[in-house]
Amino acid sequence: MVAAKQVLGPDDVRRAVTRMAHEIIERNRGVDGVVLVGIQHGGVWLAASLAEEIARIDTPVPVGSLDASLYRDDIGLRPVAPGAVSDLNFDVDGVTAVLVDDVLFTGRTVRAALDALADYGRPRAVQLAVLVDRGHRELPIRPDFVGKNLPTSTGEDVSATAEGVVIS
Amino acid sequence: MSTRSLLTIDDLGTSGIMRVLDLADHMAEVNRRPNPKVPALRGKTVCNVFFEDSTRTRLSFETAAKRLSADTMTFAASQSSINKGESLRDTIETIAAMGVDAFVVRHKSSGAPQLIAGWTQASVINAGDGWHAHPTQALLDAYTVRTALSRTGGFDGLRMAIVGDVKHSRVARSTVQAFRMLGAHVTVVAPRTLLPPDVGDRFADAVTDRLDDVIGDIDVLYLLRMQQERMNEALVPSLREYTTRFGLTPQRAAMLGPQTLVMHPGPMNRGVEIAVDPAELPGAVITQQVTNGIAVRMAVLFDLLGSGGPIAPTTDAAIDVTTEGSTE
Repeated sequence: MVAAKQVLGPDDVRRAVTRMAHEIIERNRGVDGVVLVGIQHGGVWLAASLAEEIARIDTPVPVGSLDASLYRDDIGLRPVAPGAVSDLNFDVDGVTAVLVDDVLFTGRTVRAALDALADYGRPRAVQLAVLVDRGHRELPIRPDFVGKNLPTSTGEDVSATAEGVVIS
Repeated sequence: MSTRSLLTIDDLGTSGIMRVLDLADHMAEVNRRPNPKVPALRGKTVCNVFFEDSTRTRLSFETAAKRLSADTMTFAASQSSINKGESLRDTIETIAAMGVDAFVVRHKSSGAPQLIAGWTQASVINAGDGWHAHPTQALLDAYTVRTALSRTGGFDGLRMAIVGDVKHSRVARSTVQAFRMLGAHVTVVAPRTLLPPDVGDRFADAVTDRLDDVIGDIDVLYLLRMQQERMNEALVPSLREYTTRFGLTPQRAAMLGPQTLVMHPGPMNRGVEIAVDPAELPGAVITQQVTNGIAVRMAVLFDLLGSGGPIAPTTDAAIDVTTEGSTE
């Protein structure tokens, strides 16, 4: 058991979220046609925080949440604990959807989320925003917006909330 | 011996019921989409084995399996080698050898699904056996009440009356059990001839033969199907007398509280247990029960086949268990 190590504090997280919000606006030349989709469970709070920041800087964008547990590639291999029910109250066709997750690790959750999102419609583009990229990808997936690149070993746990980022 | 099965509500326990109902919320969301299908059970095979006629339950299970991308096979006893004298066990073992992950079993004999679970490693889901149990009906009933009354946390304080032929009803057995496990207070309303022998505290919280005494003070009125055969057995004098004493007549409908749900497992005998048009009852959720049945059966299939329990065996293993099963 490794002692928990705080990597980012609440202020660092707030600054990272603000910077990512700016980057999302800049990359998309405004937020016309942009929607945020938080991945259950961990991406939902971050999508809400990003939406708050984007609304402060520019104009409000639609925010939804997506549960990808029925699309995972490890169904039957480990217990499934679905988060809250998916809630996408907007048309996905033709939008630029920014998938949001707290920690990017193997990329398998994002792969499942891409499939889940495709069942709601055909976005013009999909981008990926994560608070922490901890490496160890097992699929060809890369994030577009990153709060913090964090070298880790595969056995470590990374938790990322508004209160901070902790490795244990 | 099956590793994971759903034979009675007891197999789930209270926490299992809650888990399946939570999962059903996810499945209901899938069903509301324009393309109601997810890849969750790709590569799994579900075999419906129906030794007794059923339309809605069989179609409901078949739809549920397909919406989870499982492959389905249907075995109807009437068109099978059963008519050539093949035993139940040989039939099941033959189908199992084709590589089946779950059997959905309907049988007129109580206990048949349990026997089958002893002969195969595939999961077995009881889709109704004799007078014994119908657990997925109980789950869809609970899910319907939970969504209609926003009772996500359970049924503490909920008052339900279940009316009719409780004695011969597997629906009554399973539904009463599930509702009580979730905290509801259940009153059985039936003529004495249609009460099961164990109707005391073990079966329900209260028993009466006077529907009018309870109908104004309940959250859920559950009407059971009155089967014509019971008349022939002289358990009820006549259908008309049954309706007068136990049917939902226009007079009784007026006594229902504005929020009281009216439920029926189907198929309805209009003019017998329900002598009003359910479309005109504001609390009728009979159609929702059918719709919710698909989401709940998807949840059960996913819980058994996709939740990380021991994986159903390959064809070879299914043959191996025949010896192991015989010790049961």
